[in-house]
Amino acid sequence: MATTATGDSFPAVALEGVGRAYGERVALREVSFTLPAGATVAVFGANGAGKTTLLRILAGLLRPHAGRAAVLGAELPREAHRARGRIGLVGHEPMLYRDLTVRENLRFHARLHGVDERRPEALCEQVGLAARADDPVRTLSRGMTQRAAICRAVLHAPELLLLDEPLANLDPGGAVAVAPLIGRAAGPARVLISHDAEQGLAEADWVLGLRGGRQAIWAPAASVRLADVRGLYA
Amino acid sequence: MRATVSALIRKDLRLELRAFESVPAMLMFSVSTFVLFHFGLDRSSLAGDLAAGVLWVTLLLAAVLGMNRLFLAEREQGGFDGFLMAPVDRTALFVAKAIVLFCFLVAVELVAVPAFVILLLEPDPGQALPELLAVLLLADAGIAVVGTLIGALGVQTRARDLIVPLIALPLLVPVVIAASEASAPLFAAGGADAFPARWLVVLALYDAVFGLLAYAVFDFLLEE
Repeated sequence: MATTATGDSFPAVALEGVGRAYGERVALREVSFTLPAGATVAVFGANGAGKTTLLRILAGLLRPHAGRAAVLGAELPREAHRARGRIGLVGHEPMLYRDLTVRENLRFHARLHGVDERRPEALCEQVGLAARADDPVRTLSRGMTQRAAICRAVLHAPELLLLDEPLANLDPGGAVAVAPLIGRAAGPARVLISHDAEQGLAEADWVLGLRGGRQAIWAPAASVRLADVRGLYA
Repeated sequence: MRATVSALIRKDLRLELRAFESVPAMLMFSVSTFVLFHFGLDRSSLAGDLAAGVLWVTLLLAAVLGMNRLFLAEREQGGFDGFLMAPVDRTALFVAKAIVLFCFLVAVELVAVPAFVILLLEPDPGQALPELLAVLLLADAGIAVVGTLIGALGVQTRARDLIVPLIALPLLVPVVIAASEASAPLFAAGGADAFPARWLVVLALYDAVFGLLAYAVFDFLLEE
């Protein structure tokens, strides 16, 4: 458990019967779990199972329509302002301006988060982007763009990382380069969406399986078999 | 908040300087419309009410192009999500975007108004330049405030190109009326008439009322 300045402790994520619909279509229903601070949950599920909806709710970008959600001790959406700036998101979109350079993008986000402007330089160096830091994002390959997106997500040293297939498009060298930033050793609690069952299980302390928006699995990773995860995609 | 507004403005101006998407389009539209009026009205020069009406309707329609694109990079490139997750006052986005739209309008008018004078205006407005500048700046402020509010609303919808003019134009009718009434005497044939300062007060009141209103509701517009 993490601890607030007032001494209260809180889990990284606490969901109780959370649901979300888009019009008539229910994307997520009755999802409940508690993720301890510093722990990693791997989220598995076929396309349309509600993984991205869950991630956007945790990021404070979508309101839950049912149930209670708390992230880093802040009730969503009522106290979402308390969680802002403490969450890092690597989603499907890099959230980078295509016509700005990597350095300009990272400096812009550093200013929004009140982070020292030298931090982007250090991150670019760390992930092997220093040589391309002055290139517009639109000129980068997908792998390089993903490295830049990861730098953006960890720029402010978040307490919770929301990772939607973060290694997609990365070559083996890229995966190694970003591991200290978003891997288990990085420190923050992680919600990791992955379609790679073996890798996801190896990375996780807990497993959440979603099927058709419903919670099909919530168990410690050590007790989940590969076949259970693969069954979610059947 | 000042640092956030400054970061957002710098980012937007840099994007415009790289992509040249909004200001050139607004400028081309304005100048093309003046040329169309020049031939369409079959008159070599205009003065008074008609000149003021042509100028303000053209500038307003050009501004709609800028409103439509104001939040496009945020929507299409994930800027909204990045901003919403940052620990900053959300109204900073409103203030920054309104200032950026205001700058775009001023940049367009630096070329479009002289083009209007050359192509259409009969009297020389040189003597009334300070008054004309005051009208332009106050009207631009009103257009920027309302345009930012409606631009934020429109970009959330699929029918952005339709929604923005349909909502913004009726809301901006008072600006066109006040700006036209204020500038018509400046364009009077045979030299500028007495300047009706009360229309400047109307513009300033409009700016203040819509500025406060937009400031109050903008946060809710960013909610999904």
